[in-house]
Amino acid sequence: MTTTMTLAKAINTGLDKILESNDKSLLMGEDIGRLGGVYRITDGLIDKYGSHRVIDSPLGEAGIVGTAVGMALRGFSPLVEIQFDGFVFPAFSQITTQLAKMHARSEGRLTAPVVIRIPYGGGIGSIEHHSESPEALFAHTAGLRIITPSNAHDAYWMIQQAADCQDPVIFFEPKRRYWLKGEVDTENPALDAFKAQVVRPGTDATIVAYGPLVPIALAAADAALEDGRSIEVIDLRSISPIDFDTITESVLKTGRLIVTHEAPTFGGIGGEIAARITERAFLSLEAPVLRVGGFHMPYPVSKVESQYLPDIDKLLEALDRSFAY
Amino acid sequence: MTRAATQATESDLIQILTPDGQRHSHETYDAYLGDVDDQMLRGFYRDMALTRRFDQEATALQRQGQLCLWVPLRGQEAAQIGSGRATRPNDYIFPTYREHGVALTRDVSFSEMLRLFRGISGGGWDPRENNFHMYTMVLAAQMPHAAGYAMALNMEQHGWDEERRAAEGNAVVAYFGDGSSTEGETHESMVFASSFEAPVVYFCQNNQWAISVPFEVQSKVPLVKRAAGYGMPGIRVDGNDVLAVLAVTRWALEHARSGKGPVLIEAVTYRLGAHTTADDPTKYRMSEEEKQWALKDPLIRLETYLRDNNLVDDAFFEQLAEDADAMAAKVREDAMAFPVPPLAKSFEQVYAEAHPLIKEELAWHLEYEAGFADAAEGEQ
Repeated sequence: MTTTMTLAKAINTGLDKILESNDKSLLMGEDIGRLGGVYRITDGLIDKYGSHRVIDSPLGEAGIVGTAVGMALRGFSPLVEIQFDGFVFPAFSQITTQLAKMHARSEGRLTAPVVIRIPYGGGIGSIEHHSESPEALFAHTAGLRIITPSNAHDAYWMIQQAADCQDPVIFFEPKRRYWLKGEVDTENPALDAFKAQVVRPGTDATIVAYGPLVPIALAAADAALEDGRSIEVIDLRSISPIDFDTITESVLKTGRLIVTHEAPTFGGIGGEIAARITERAFLSLEAPVLRVGGFHMPYPVSKVESQYLPDIDKLLEALDRSFAY
Repeated sequence: MTRAATQATESDLIQILTPDGQRHSHETYDAYLGDVDDQMLRGFYRDMALTRRFDQEATALQRQGQLCLWVPLRGQEAAQIGSGRATRPNDYIFPTYREHGVALTRDVSFSEMLRLFRGISGGGWDPRENNFHMYTMVLAAQMPHAAGYAMALNMEQHGWDEERRAAEGNAVVAYFGDGSSTEGETHESMVFASSFEAPVVYFCQNNQWAISVPFEVQSKVPLVKRAAGYGMPGIRVDGNDVLAVLAVTRWALEHARSGKGPVLIEAVTYRLGAHTTADDPTKYRMSEEEKQWALKDPLIRLETYLRDNNLVDDAFFEQLAEDADAMAAKVREDAMAFPVPPLAKSFEQVYAEAHPLIKEELAWHLEYEAGFADAAEGEQ
């Protein structure tokens, strides 16, 4: 059955399914109960499942993630919400030193199936710490899995796949796409959550994007077609692990690769993809792998964020450079 | 000394066995010692003596280069044995990295514990077997885990009446020290546990020193006073008095178990030795202070009490020393015999589910290592 819904509603519906099917699952976070979260992603769930399964937590991110770890140790499956990307750092130690390492430190005896939902990214005209993309900081930590949907269908399924996973999963939600509508097939699941997906086939160059930039990459591919360039667009979907096979296969065909993300280019996911694809497809590359990302600066004030964020023109400019190489 | 507020002479300090081995009655806590007979008293002494001997052996092993590090607990035996013996098997314990005595009360193998310190394992023992969690090196990181675990217990025990909770309910003990009392996660844990009436007993061993920094830098008031700020009962106990510790921890567990929420216990004790084997206390504290605290040694006062009341004879101590030496020899033998797991094993433990990067890197690693074997064969 296919239903049209926003990406936000898709996550909400996915969470509903999780709570319905697994009585050990629960939601916790700041303002997620009565208010339904600052983005209303958990709207209505407290009425359906009660305040013992949709928990309005005290205001403390380390406490939220740390108590979720404790609940997981007792056999529960908590899905916690961090209110904004820039507010995750008080929980950074819990995520990287505790959650990520529980399985390894216990020699595989303990699992910590915690899902951490984080709205991320800019383009919403907000004030500082509300527009950041910290995914690379977590991707560097072994033991975590990091996924991010770009559309409603993926959002609906990937949150459920995250909840089913025995490893901790950080689920980055592209907040400026919360109100993007899409078709959700509630019977046929998406791909494996940790696989990338070719969302537009092409022959001349590949653009890898994820989360909020997938619609931008698709629009850039449309624009490039006017110049006679056929662009393949890959929605990465999983940031850790990265599905290098799907990217490699594409680049072996197209010979050109642009990677784009809102997070700063330096030390970002794009660098990892560039290095790996260079190793795997060196002789097929017609140009160096190019990255279109944020600058090496704190996320800028909203009046100038449009100059900071990757957009269609920046992607077209990168394509020009690639084709001119 | 400026640390009057932390001295074990204050009137609010719960003490049943004085440093010179006199047993006093206590109107509230005697009721929690009703079952403590002569055999149990001898058992507590034995627990403490075995713990001290293990600590001594592990320290020696580290000095001999056989352990990466050791975290001595000498002086804190009563705080650990008293509190550990107050728990039930189904209670879950979140230790710091110094709770070797609590581990004994939970039947965790001393040998297994050394797997962590010998660099064999990141954890060492199976936390599920004895409900005794892995040690946590990141200070206070275990504190919110304890609150969350206890919140989960509340969910499981939802709808139980007080009587059933008291009889069958589980609780959590979160160990921490004066140093980690400052960490934000300690604060957050206490807020969460208190707000959700989670059955946690926060057991602080205030051993006066966070490596080289004295307690008064962590807090201007006795830690127990913080309990009021979280809306939970606070108890300050002589941490070198095994009976007082046992009694107050039993009270606290009963309180938590019955659904009334968390309790904070500040056990006033002293780390007679170094923070770890990498530490040198002569650089930051006076030997006079160590001597003063040595007079309050938890083993000496119980020995005095046992001897004064003719509950033991010399043969008891001789046999105990023999048993302790045998235990230490076994621990040493086991530690030296631990097989070193191949690094390949570590790859398997990073994730619970299959992971392509792990698979790729493991394949490379095995091929690379196999190359050395091939080369060695070629030379022969």
